[in-house]
Amino acid sequence: MKPIVDIEPKESDSVFAKALKEGLIAGALALGLFCLIVGFRTDQNIRNELILTQRWGLLTIFVLVAAVARFVITYTAPWREERKKTKRVVEAKEPSAFRKSFPKIGLALLFVYPFLVITILALSQWYFTGQWSYQSGVQGSLKYVDNFGIQILIYVMLAWGLNIVVGLAGLLDLGYVAFYAVGAYSYALLSTHFGFSFWLLLPMAGIFAATWGVILGFPVLRLRGDYLAIVTLAFGEIIRLILINWTAVTKGTFGISGIAKATLFGIPFVPGPNGFAALLGLPNSGVYYKIFLYYLILLLALLTAWVTIRLRRMPIGRAWEALREDEIACRSLGINTTTTKLTAFATGAMFGGFAGSFFAARQGFVSPESFVFLESAIILAMVVLGGMGSLVGIAIAAAVMIGGTELLRELEFLKRVFGNDFTPELYRMLLFGLAMIVVMVWKPRGFVGSREPSAFLHKRKVVSGEFTKEGHG
Amino acid sequence: MEYFIQQSINGLTLGSIYGLIAIGYTMVYGIIGMINFAHGDVFMLGAFMAMIVFLALATFIGGVPVVLALLLMMIVAMLLTGLWSWTIERLAYRPLRGSFRLAPLITAIGMSIALSNFVQVTQGPRNKPIPPLVNGGITIYGTSITIAYKQMVIIIVTAILLAAFWYLVNKTTLGRAQRSCEQDRKMAALLGVDVDRTISMTFVMGAMLAAVAGTLYLMFYGVISFTDGFVPGVKAFTAAVLGGIGSLPGAVVGGLLIGLIEALWSAYFSIDYKDVAAFSILAIVLIFLPSGILGRPEVEKV
Amino acid sequence: MVSEVQKNTSAILRVERLSMKFGGLIAINDLNFEAKRGAITALIGPNGAGKTTVFNCITGFYKPTEGMLTLTRQNGEEYLLERMADFVITKKAKVARTFQNIRLFSGLTVLENLLVAQHNPLMLSSGFTVLGLLGFPTYRKAAADAIEKARFWLEKINLVDRADDPAGDLPYGAQRRLEIARAMCTEPELLCLDEPAAGLNARESAELNKLLLDIRAETGTSILLIEHDMSVVMEISDHVVVLEYGTKISDGTPDMVKNDPKVIAAYLGVEDEEVVELIEQAEAAGVDDITAAVDLLSTEALHEIVEAHPEAEPVELIPAAAIAEVASSKARSARKPVAKKTQPTATAAAIKAGSTSNALAGPRGGKPDKLILIKGIGPVNERKLNEHGIFHFDQIAAWKKADVIAAETYLAFDGRIAREDWIAQAKKLAKESQVKPAPKKTGGAK
Repeated sequence: MKPIVDIEPKESDSVFAKALKEGLIAGALALGLFCLIVGFRTDQNIRNELILTQRWGLLTIFVLVAAVARFVITYTAPWREERKKTKRVVEAKEPSAFRKSFPKIGLALLFVYPFLVITILALSQWYFTGQWSYQSGVQGSLKYVDNFGIQILIYVMLAWGLNIVVGLAGLLDLGYVAFYAVGAYSYALLSTHFGFSFWLLLPMAGIFAATWGVILGFPVLRLRGDYLAIVTLAFGEIIRLILINWTAVTKGTFGISGIAKATLFGIPFVPGPNGFAALLGLPNSGVYYKIFLYYLILLLALLTAWVTIRLRRMPIGRAWEALREDEIACRSLGINTTTTKLTAFATGAMFGGFAGSFFAARQGFVSPESFVFLESAIILAMVVLGGMGSLVGIAIAAAVMIGGTELLRELEFLKRVFGNDFTPELYRMLLFGLAMIVVMVWKPRGFVGSREPSAFLHKRKVVSGEFTKEGHG
Repeated sequence: MEYFIQQSINGLTLGSIYGLIAIGYTMVYGIIGMINFAHGDVFMLGAFMAMIVFLALATFIGGVPVVLALLLMMIVAMLLTGLWSWTIERLAYRPLRGSFRLAPLITAIGMSIALSNFVQVTQGPRNKPIPPLVNGGITIYGTSITIAYKQMVIIIVTAILLAAFWYLVNKTTLGRAQRSCEQDRKMAALLGVDVDRTISMTFVMGAMLAAVAGTLYLMFYGVISFTDGFVPGVKAFTAAVLGGIGSLPGAVVGGLLIGLIEALWSAYFSIDYKDVAAFSILAIVLIFLPSGILGRPEVEKV
Repeated sequence: MVSEVQKNTSAILRVERLSMKFGGLIAINDLNFEAKRGAITALIGPNGAGKTTVFNCITGFYKPTEGMLTLTRQNGEEYLLERMADFVITKKAKVARTFQNIRLFSGLTVLENLLVAQHNPLMLSSGFTVLGLLGFPTYRKAAADAIEKARFWLEKINLVDRADDPAGDLPYGAQRRLEIARAMCTEPELLCLDEPAAGLNARESAELNKLLLDIRAETGTSILLIEHDMSVVMEISDHVVVLEYGTKISDGTPDMVKNDPKVIAAYLGVEDEEVVELIEQAEAAGVDDITAAVDLLSTEALHEIVEAHPEAEPVELIPAAAIAEVASSKARSARKPVAKKTQPTATAAAIKAGSTSNALAGPRGGKPDKLILIKGIGPVNERKLNEHGIFHFDQIAAWKKADVIAAETYLAFDGRIAREDWIAQAKKLAKESQVKPAPKKTGGAK
C-alpha cells in the first residue's frame, strides 16, 4: 500500500498561497466598496454647500483590515476545522445540569436584581470611599434598574408576545409594534382625558390591542407567507402614520406628555406626605418608582410566559403549533384554522397592548417615534435569534441585544482611546445590525433551536430543530 | 383635467423610481424566496455614491456637461452598488441558503440597520443637498401642463433600462439561468447551471437598478440622507407585492401604480395621508387578489 | 339537518352526479357511487383518474362544480358535504382523511400529533381555553383521557415506544400508520385513506390490512380508500369502484371488478404516446412548472376522455356503445387499422354542433388518413378529430379561420393549430398521399 497522491508537504504551502490570494482579493474588494463612501466625506460648509474631504488614511485602514482578516481566516481555516472536530466530541459529554436549572436561577436573579444592584453599588462605594451609605446605592441604581432592567424586560415581554404569533403559530407579523402603539396610546389618551387609573387601563389596553388584532387579522389571515408579512408591515405603518397625522387627537409628532404614573394599590409615587417614600419613611427618591415599575414589568412578562406555557398545553396552543407545521392537515382534523389564527393574533396583540400601556406609564410620554418599523424588526429578531418558540432563548436574545446596545452607551473609556470626538452611541445601531447578521449566520436556528414537547407519555425529550417547521403564514 | 394630467405625470415619475427599486425585490424574491430588506438601503447607498461622484466631479474637474456627469454618476453608482450587493449576498445571505426561512430575513433586517448606520457614521447624519442638475421643462402647448426635463430624464432612463433588462432576462443565457433557478433550483443545478453565481448576479442586477433609481432620486429631489432608504424601500416592496411578487412586469406596474396613487391622493385629498393610501390600497388589493395583480396564483396542493 | 326520507340506511356516503371542473378541464364527470356503512370501499383507477379529487370533494378541500355528497351518520343525521367547510366536515359529519403525501406535524411528537387530532372535544372540555387556563379539573381529566386514547391507538399501530419522538423522525411505514391513527383520533364514522399502502413493503402492507380490518371490526368505522396496491384492495375491500378519466367504469365486488373487461382495458390500454401528447399539451398551455404539468396532465387526460365520450354518462345503460368503446380502445392499443371501421358507428351520432364546416359522416372509402402524421396531432387528438368528422388531410388543408377556431374549441387548444401550422402540414401530406396512397403509409407505419 503506497500513497497514491502525496499532498501532505505541499499542504501548508498551498494554504499560505491561497490565504494570500484571498487576502489580496478581499483587499481589492474592500477598496472598491469603500473608496467612495469611506474615502470621501461630505460636509456642509457655512453656505450649506457640500464640500468633499478626503480620507485616504481611513480608507487604507479599512482595506488593510479586510485583507488581513481574510488572510487570517483562510490561513487558519484548516486548523479551526481540526479543532471543531475534537471539540464536538467534548461537547456531547457536557452535562446539562446548568442548562436545566438555568430558568430557575435566572428567575431568582431577576427577582433580586434591584437589591443586588443597590447592594453592589453601596459596597463599591464603601470600598472606594470607606463610607457605608445604602442611600447612595439606591440613587446609583436608577440607571441600572431603568435602562437595563425595565428596558430589557419590556422587550422580553414584547418578544414573548410576538413569539405566540411567529414562534408558535408560524404567522410572520412584521407590524407587531402597532399593537404596542395601540396599548400605549389607549393608556395615554384615556388617562389624560378621563383620568382613569393605570390598573383599570392596563387590561383595557390589552383588550383594545386584542380587538385591533382581530380587526386587522380577519381580512389578512387568508394571505399566506410573505404577503401576510407585508400586509402586517403596512398595517403597522398605517397606524403609525395615523398617529402622526391625526393631530387633533394624538398631537402628532409632539406626542402626548404628562401621562399619569402608575400607583401601588392607590399609593402614588410622588414626593410629599402621601407618597410611597413618605409612607414607608424613606427619603424621597425617583428610584422607588423605577423599582416598582421593574417589578411590575417583571410580573407582566412572567404573566406572558405563564400564559404561553399554559396555552401550549391546551388544545389551542397545540393547534397553533400544528398550524405552523401543516395547515392543511389541521383542517383535515376539524380545526377551524381561521379562528385558531385569530386567537394567536389576538393573544399576541393583547400582550403587546399590556406592554404598551406599561411603556406609557413608565415614560409619561408617548410619541409615534417609539413605534417605528425598526422596533417591530428588533422584536422579531429577538424571537428568531432566541429560537422560535423558546421562552428562555428569546429572553436571552432580548437581554443580549438590548443590554449590549445599552452597554455601548456606557463605554466612556473608548473616548480616551479614540479621542474626544468619538461617540460610541453613534456606533450602537451599526454594531447592533452587524451583530444580528453574525449571530444569525452562526446560529440560524437561534440560541435554543430545539422544542419542548407539550405532553409526553414516557419521558420528555426535546425535539430537535431540524424537524420543526417555521410556518407559511 | 389639466391638473389631473399634471399630477399623473408626477406620479409616473415617482412610480418609475419605485418600479426600478421594486425589480430588485421581486427578482430576489423570485429566485430565493427571500424578502431582501436591505434593498432599500442599497438604493440609498447608490444615491450616496452618485452624490459623491457628483461632488468629486465638481471639485476636481469642474465644469462637466450635465449629461456626462449624470452618466458618470449612474455608471459608477451602478458598479459600486453592484459590488456592495454582491458582497452583502456573499457574507450575509449565502451562508444561510437552504436553512431556516426566517434566518435570511433577519440578516437582511440586520443588514438594513447596519448599512444605514454605516452611512450615517461615515458620512454624517445631516441631509446632503446638491445643486439642481437639470433645470427647466416644457409646457405642453395650449395647456398649463409642464413636464420638467428631470422628469423626462427619469422616464426615459427607466424605459431604456427596462428594455435592456427585459432583453437580459428573456434573451440571454444569464436570464435563462435565472428563470430556471426560479422554477427549480436543484434541477437547474443538476443541469449545469451555476446556481450560486446566478443568484449573485441577480443581487447585482437588482442593486444596479436600485443604484440608477438612487441617482434619479438624487437628481429629482436634490437631497439625500442616510434614512432615505427605508420609505422608498418599503414603498417599492409594496409595489412589488402589489404587482405580484416574483413577476417582473408586475414590479413595474406596481411601482407606477403606487406612484400614481401617491401623487393623485396628495393632489386631491391630503398629502399627509398619502402613505396611508398607498398601504391601504396594498392591503385591499391583496385581500381581493391574494397574489397581486400580475402574480401567479398560488395553488394549494392537497 | 335530519332528513325526512332515508332512502338507504345502509349507505354512509352517497355520491350523486358529482362533477368537478378546473377551468375548462373536467376532473370528475357525473360520478355516482355509494359507500356502505361498515364496509371497506375501494376507489381504484389509473393515475390521473380523479380519485384524489373525489376525496378532496368529500372532505371539503374542493367545492365540487356539481353534484351531491350525502353523508348519513349512525344517528341518522344527514349532511350535505358539498355545502360544508373542510374542517366542519371532520367536526360535524365525522369524516376523517389521510393524505397521499403524508402530512404529519413533523416537529410535534407522535403523541402530540394524536392530541391535536382531539382538538375539538378538548376545546370543549377546556371551556374554550378559559377554564383550562384557570386550571379547572374538567380539563385536567379530559387531557388525561385524551392521552389514554392516544395510547390506545399507539398500541394499535405499534408505536407506543416512540410516543415521545418527533413524528418526522419515524420511518416511512410508521408515518403512514401514525397518520391513520391520527385520523382515527377524531372518532370518524367514515375514514378516507388516500393510498395508505403507497411505499410500504409486503410485510408492512400486510400489517396495514390487518390494521384496517381491526379498525372496522372494533370501531365500526366505514372506510373509503384509494389504492394502487391490488393486494390490499382485493384482500380487504368489500366493494370496489373503478374510475377512469373521471368517470366510473365499473362498480362491484372485488371479483366482479377484477374480471370486468373495461377495467382490464383501462389498466392495460393506456399508450405511452398519449402521455407524451399530454405533456406537449401542458407545455402548449403555458405551464412551465413540471409538477404543474403533471397535474395538468391528469386533469387534461380526463378532459379529453370526457370530450371524447360524451355518451359515456350512464355506461351500463348502453351496453352496445360500451362494448364498442372497449373494442375501440383495445383496438387502439393494438394499433390495428381495422379498428377504424368501428369508429364511425360509435361516433357518427356524436358529431357535434361545433364541428368544422367540412365534417364528414365517415371516412371516404372507409379508410381515414393517418392524421397523427401531422406534427402536433397525437392519437387522442386524432380520435377527437375523427369524432368530429375529420378523417383526411385534405379536410384539414381546406380549413378556414372559423374551422380552426371550431377545431381548437373541441381540442381545447389555443392557437396551437396555427402555431404548428397544421394546415400547411396537411396540404403537404395530402399532396403526398395523392402520389402515394394512404393505406400504404399506414401499412408502413405498422
